[in-house]
Amino acid sequence: MNFQEHLPALQVVLPLAAAPLAMLLRDRLAAFVPVLAATWAAFAVSVLMWLQVDATGPISYAIGSWAPPWGIEYRVDSLSALVLMLVSGVAAVVLPYSRASIEREIRQENHYLFYAMFALCLTGLLGIAITGDAFNLFVFLEISSLSSYVLIALGRDRRALVASYQYLIMGTIGATFIVIGVGLLYLKTGTLNLVDMGARLQEMTSHRPVLAALAFLTVGISLKLALFPLHQWLPNAYAYAPSAVSAFLAATATKVSVYALLRFYFSVFGETAVFQRLPMEDLMLILALAGMFVASTVAIFQDNLKRLFAYSSVAQVGYIVLGISFDSVTGLTATVVHLVNHAVTKGGLFLLLGAVMAGMGGVTLSRVHGLGRVMPLTAFGIVLCGLSLIGVPGTAGFVSKWYLILAALEKGQWWLVFLIVLSSLLAAAYVWRFVEAAYFRAPRADLVAVHEAPAGLAIPAWIMVGATIWFGLDTSVTVGSAARAAAMLLGTAQ
Amino acid sequence: MEGAIAHIWSHFDYWAMIFLAMAGLFIVIARGNLIKKLVGLGVFQTSVYLLYVAPAKIVGGTAPIVAPAFKVYSNPLPHVLILTAIVVGIATLALGLALVVRIREAYGTIEEDEILRTEAAGEADGR
Repeated sequence: MNFQEHLPALQVVLPLAAAPLAMLLRDRLAAFVPVLAATWAAFAVSVLMWLQVDATGPISYAIGSWAPPWGIEYRVDSLSALVLMLVSGVAAVVLPYSRASIEREIRQENHYLFYAMFALCLTGLLGIAITGDAFNLFVFLEISSLSSYVLIALGRDRRALVASYQYLIMGTIGATFIVIGVGLLYLKTGTLNLVDMGARLQEMTSHRPVLAALAFLTVGISLKLALFPLHQWLPNAYAYAPSAVSAFLAATATKVSVYALLRFYFSVFGETAVFQRLPMEDLMLILALAGMFVASTVAIFQDNLKRLFAYSSVAQVGYIVLGISFDSVTGLTATVVHLVNHAVTKGGLFLLLGAVMAGMGGVTLSRVHGLGRVMPLTAFGIVLCGLSLIGVPGTAGFVSKWYLILAALEKGQWWLVFLIVLSSLLAAAYVWRFVEAAYFRAPRADLVAVHEAPAGLAIPAWIMVGATIWFGLDTSVTVGSAARAAAMLLGTAQ
Repeated sequence: MEGAIAHIWSHFDYWAMIFLAMAGLFIVIARGNLIKKLVGLGVFQTSVYLLYVAPAKIVGGTAPIVAPAFKVYSNPLPHVLILTAIVVGIATLALGLALVVRIREAYGTIEEDEILRTEAAGEADGR
């Protein structure tokens, strides 16, 4: 029995075991401790696996010693290792924050439920990224989705209930589309193992059921990753959920769906089947551009800051999908880099908004007037994250846009460079609305005495902001891993 | 015409699945009552069970028991998969109904248009 060998199983089992434990313990401190321990341990496990993948290549783990392709395989390669590290890293930062944050936002007798659902959601998201089995992927997707519906419904605003219900309807339709896609692929290939499926599909990529499966999977996963115009569930869900939940979901949920899309496109169907025989490049390019421009424009006219940055998330998903549409190593590098960079930027942003919520009692623009005076550090942090959303050099967002522009130039699409810069101007417009309210307006009379956020909220938020700056200056971890992942994705297709 | 009927008849299970899926999806989109929407969602999810289970049945096939008398087996795996999918469907339905109960407590209605009207009125008041 070697400990190192069983890391892939531990990655999922640790948070999975913490969830019922939190349910049984019921006390809010007693429930917090096992979930925190599991989350931090999961992060440690993901870092260990990332190092191992870096040194010795992909890890394959047979659950219950049933050899793949018959048993369920957990497979960690350079892309999934990065996504696992991202998800568990964000969870490790958000969970300590949530302890101080839900104190104000969720009734105390429900705290243990929050921790249990958080652990389950983490289980699901990690499971999607680690599993090598198509049906297992669906099960983990539903674990993460069902728990995130509950997490959103825990918001104190009654609109959170409607947002959660709408997300449940849309999310379930998306998940069912994914099952139909997986079912058709299973009927054609007789296997559920993704690698095996990919190998068997190569001779029949133009068969009609396979094309139907591709369509169902594309629509289903696009619903989950909030690709324009399938993003309707996202703004309200992020706006009315508890702050810690907004931060966690904004940083991880859509990113894991992007991972699932990449996995199906490049590891199962193969790059030639998706991009060379079908007009997917143009389709994704148009949807990505529409998302970037429409969602950014809508964001400019929002009054609730959480809604504003939720629409900005839809626009940023556009950038991520734009990278996929280039179908080149540079484009995919941009996608994966932006996956990480946007996660830390948006995570930090929503964590800081949670601190604003705690201090000012709300996050509408009229309420945050004078935030730069009463909560200077928090306001400054939001501006830094905003700069990263715009793509100012020295922040993480710049690195992603740099690679997107490189990929566009590689394809000779000069006009696209112009559009990417133009959409950044829209981002500057909505970030400016916050700057104007926070720095050029006097605080409301009843809010002058508000103090800076407590350390329990400020420290996790600033870890994220720090990461946003760090990934903008030192790109060896993010771009290095992303480039390896992109090469791996396109390599398996050849 | 006859060829078309023969085609539909020989793929009867698929047509049933498509009909159920479309009927379910239609209810989800067209109905404003939150419970009816969940019913539609349930029908939509159930149709997929048919897509998995029906092709797995081989005419004259038995359960996969290794014995000299049995030569043709039905595939048991889709049934197991759908057992999982049924559990997921039940969990989704239960959670959806629980949300509807909470929505009714908070808004006093389960009609989507009335909830949206309440929200629009609330936003006009500047909340």
